[in-house]
Amino acid sequence: MDTSQYLTIFIDESTEHLNTMSDYMLELEKNPSEKSIIEEIFRAAHTLKGMSATMGYHDMADLTHKLENIFDAIRYDKIMVQAEMMDVLFEVHEQLLAMVDDITNGGTGECDITRLVSQLKQLENGEKITTTDESAKQTPDGNKLLAESELDEFELSILNESKERGFSNIEITVELSEDCLLKAARTFMVFEVLEQHGEVIKSVPSVNELEEEDFDNTFSVLLVTKSPQEEIKKKLMKISEVKKVTTQSFSVSIYKKERQVEKKEKTDKSTKTNKTKQPANKSSGKATTKTIRVNIDRLDILMNLFEELVIDRGRLEQISIELNHQELQETVERMSRVSGDLQNIILTMRMVPVEQVFSRFPRMIRKLSREMNKDIAIEIIGAETELDRTVIDEIGDPLVHLLRNAVDHGIEKPEERKKKGKPEQGTIQLKAFHSGNHVFIEIIDDGAGINKEKVLHKAIENGIVQENQRETLTDQQIYELIMASGFSTAEAISDVSGRGVGLDVVRNKIESLGGRVSIDSEPNKGSMFSIQLPLTLSIISVLLVEIEKEKYAIPLSTIIETAIIQKEQILSAHHKKVIDFRGKVVPLIFLEDIFQIPTTSDVEKDEYLPIVIIKKGDKMAALVVDSFIGQQEVVLKSLGKYLKDVFAISGATILGDGQVALIIDTNALVK
Amino acid sequence: MDSIDLVNEKAIVFQLANEEYVIPVRHVGGIERLHPITRVPQTKNYIKGVINLRGVVTPIIDLRIRFGMEPKEHDESTRIIIVHFNELEVGFVVDGANDVIDITKQSIEPTPEVIGSVKHDYITGVVNLKERLLIVLDLEKTLTNNDFQEVQQIKNMEG
Repeated sequence: MDTSQYLTIFIDESTEHLNTMSDYMLELEKNPSEKSIIEEIFRAAHTLKGMSATMGYHDMADLTHKLENIFDAIRYDKIMVQAEMMDVLFEVHEQLLAMVDDITNGGTGECDITRLVSQLKQLENGEKITTTDESAKQTPDGNKLLAESELDEFELSILNESKERGFSNIEITVELSEDCLLKAARTFMVFEVLEQHGEVIKSVPSVNELEEEDFDNTFSVLLVTKSPQEEIKKKLMKISEVKKVTTQSFSVSIYKKERQVEKKEKTDKSTKTNKTKQPANKSSGKATTKTIRVNIDRLDILMNLFEELVIDRGRLEQISIELNHQELQETVERMSRVSGDLQNIILTMRMVPVEQVFSRFPRMIRKLSREMNKDIAIEIIGAETELDRTVIDEIGDPLVHLLRNAVDHGIEKPEERKKKGKPEQGTIQLKAFHSGNHVFIEIIDDGAGINKEKVLHKAIENGIVQENQRETLTDQQIYELIMASGFSTAEAISDVSGRGVGLDVVRNKIESLGGRVSIDSEPNKGSMFSIQLPLTLSIISVLLVEIEKEKYAIPLSTIIETAIIQKEQILSAHHKKVIDFRGKVVPLIFLEDIFQIPTTSDVEKDEYLPIVIIKKGDKMAALVVDSFIGQQEVVLKSLGKYLKDVFAISGATILGDGQVALIIDTNALVK
Repeated sequence: MDSIDLVNEKAIVFQLANEEYVIPVRHVGGIERLHPITRVPQTKNYIKGVINLRGVVTPIIDLRIRFGMEPKEHDESTRIIIVHFNELEVGFVVDGANDVIDITKQSIEPTPEVIGSVKHDYITGVVNLKERLLIVLDLEKTLTNNDFQEVQQIKNMEG
């Protein structure tokens, strides 16, 4: 069967399913008993298996088949979700992503998967979690409570005896925080506290398992003690990374009764938790919207056709005014309104939520922070913010870079954070929001911040700035030095970042998209990288100006203001014409000369010169034009492959009269 | 070479000064009357600028200037031939375009030693068709921005 025609669909859909899978897997980690999540993952795995088998990608089918088995087993309570299981599952997911990537690039998606398959098999059979302790041969269950475990005769007799002697039997359940790194150490500390107060009769999971960190985040112990429950609870809570402690008296007689009705109760319990969790999950769950896939090329064609319509609309408006025919005018007006709405829809069709890019970051941060023994939570705000498709495609890499940077250089190691009196878990905030014609993406970490002195020292050492500039640089300017090329402040080169290339690449990329990166930082409070991006690359606001008979467009984003100056105001400095603009010396740029515009009128130029003040970073320049036409939203077009690298021209646009106007690249004019 | 593969195919005939040239139809996107041309500053002199071709900004090359001929005022018969070649889309300004002919491979002859004003660099061969001499244009070389003609001018000045 020839499957090549289905290849793009296959790639699109498997990427989508893999994304769903990872979303739900992250969810599952927080919520291991939630059946509806497991169902979703099972469904995704099942579909993937079917698709890859049909397409003949056997390794992928194999892997997904095993994955499906696992979730099937979880679904029917044969095995339970555990931390190390999640690690394997995430690894499988990565592997699948790599396979799809390979297929996308024309490969076969083949890969050595024997290790993963055998691991999955082990998980499926519950082998990894088989208990070593004789007394705990129950179903492997990370969350099991003591009440459900079995006590042997010996243990029961101790419990009975202790009661007679005036000791109380307490069942204590300790929950460690999810991101606890050294679980064994924490449990050791817990046991130390417990042993000061009495004797631990039993623990579930067994002490061995606890030492090997072979448990989820929760464990329970039976303590025989004379101390009151509250006191023990308080002491335990003082241990860091202990999230929750519940205590409860343990009665042997009740225990015996419970054992008999346990089976029934267990089923009751699971339905109950399901019921309570369902509504909360629904509200946070993703609303599935009805969509169809449209090739982006078709959207471009649609856009082009629409632009032509706009040009004709302009003509029609002109004609109807000239003819002064009322009915015609009304019809044209209505048509203009409708096409205005149409324009909005076409533009929004090209917009996609930044979530598309953001969705892979939680997984990435999780992996990175584990690799680096850091404890980092990522918080995503405003993932629904929309950006033009073309921008979205480009910002992924710069964001990955900045996030890696935050993990590597920003957030400190847990011990260090503790010393500084900060919570051991670091937080990276990824925030997207609209503001005016721009979208801002901010990456905020609560890490060490940028060391100004170190940055300056390094910059001077690398010859990026001169020693004598030290005093004149503002804080912000110093921070932004880290984006200069050939700069890296990492003391040790790590796998993640710090090869001396990177941040300058980020800055270049963002600037090529018409955006800007700014940095702010406070020592020991953290840093913020703020990226400002244009809403869309295809439509920009410009100021149209006329020079002789030619029209040019200047992007509004680069304009500070417009002014009209008198000829007498022009000064000369170093054979260059400058003006004094609000106390600053600004060089004049005569577009007529730069663009070699042929002079058609013999009339001597006016006493007054209209100028447009533009900026590039902190530098300014004044463009001399003949007249301002006005502000307009225009569609940015490229000059085509034949005309690349035209000096000071970034593109072209088509005006209402059908003529082409060139868009000035002001960055090339300011030196 | 793409232009040589003229095996029994149709070609557009256009006029440039006193000579007739051919371009295979498969490279031609259309023949347009003159559009208003927007000048693009600081480009080669033969690049007249860009036009709005149904929403696509298309560069325009004046073939007369490209081949070092005398420029001519554009008039009623001036045409723009839209050419697609190697993912490039450009328009050629020519004096006139009004014929489509069939060309067979056999009819293409190697370039004679001396022919007209166009240098051999832009030519892949000639077609002798019933007393008409048609020049087959080498699109690749025509669209490469080498400054053959500028060099030629300098030589002339020196000479």
